[in-house]
Amino acid sequence: MRSERRDTDEAVIDRLLARDEAAFAELVTSYHTSLIRLALTFVADRGAAEEVVQETWLGVVKGLPSFERRSSLKTWIFRILVNRARTRGGHDARFVNFSMFGEIDNEPSAVADRFSAEGRWIQPPSTWQEQNPEELLLRREVAGWLLDAISTLPANQRAVISLRDIEGVDAPEVCNILGISETNQRVLLHRARTRVRAALEIDLK
Amino acid sequence: MMPNCREVTERASDFLDAGLPYGARLQMRLHLLMCGICREYVRQMTLVVRTLRRLPQNEPSAEVRMGLLAMFRAERP
Repeated sequence: MRSERRDTDEAVIDRLLARDEAAFAELVTSYHTSLIRLALTFVADRGAAEEVVQETWLGVVKGLPSFERRSSLKTWIFRILVNRARTRGGHDARFVNFSMFGEIDNEPSAVADRFSAEGRWIQPPSTWQEQNPEELLLRREVAGWLLDAISTLPANQRAVISLRDIEGVDAPEVCNILGISETNQRVLLHRARTRVRAALEIDLK
Repeated sequence: MMPNCREVTERASDFLDAGLPYGARLQMRLHLLMCGICREYVRQMTLVVRTLRRLPQNEPSAEVRMGLLAMFRAERP
């Protein structure tokens, strides 16, 4: 799987280096929406998000000849975006401050108050009828509900769940992109998933 | 020690990423075998994760694509 993806990456990179416009257009189609979504993790302002994604694409074109291919192309592109957003965050108040990204506070779990002192359910989750993602997405509101739930998370949880679960980036690459430890990545993902499931439980009622 | 229900919810995310050590994974499976509520909880979390992976992806507008292509043409690496 991974080596197949790397082979595809190699082919795309070679075409881009040969100034193949179709290859660049495909890249834009594949990643632009993901980049905007990730940018909106770091800055609420839509215009500023578009600016930073524009800068990212410029960084991709300029940086491609020196891309060392140690990560996947996708990870490399996401990392360029995060670095731009981090730089902006240093002097542009619209952007989140990255110094808090690796921090884990003592936030209680989103379901913490639903157990007895012995840790048994006193307020169990309601049963969902839907068996698979296709069934869930048949309800038109579900995609919007999930994205709304993610948008209310703290920025670091939002970044981790977007990369891991929406984009399908694996854990070591997410740590690499965001510059956080493996432990913090796990904790942030756990909290984010717990909150998103709890939010969807309310929405589905 | 087998986890209680609260502990199951705390480990659910790691469990579905196959991130639990062997022993903890076994204890978790044992709890899920006996507890329908936690089974449903873990099922829902798994369903959320799988659904996020399948969210409909909007394509960038023609205007955005044209703008970026113009940049690609103009920019020499």
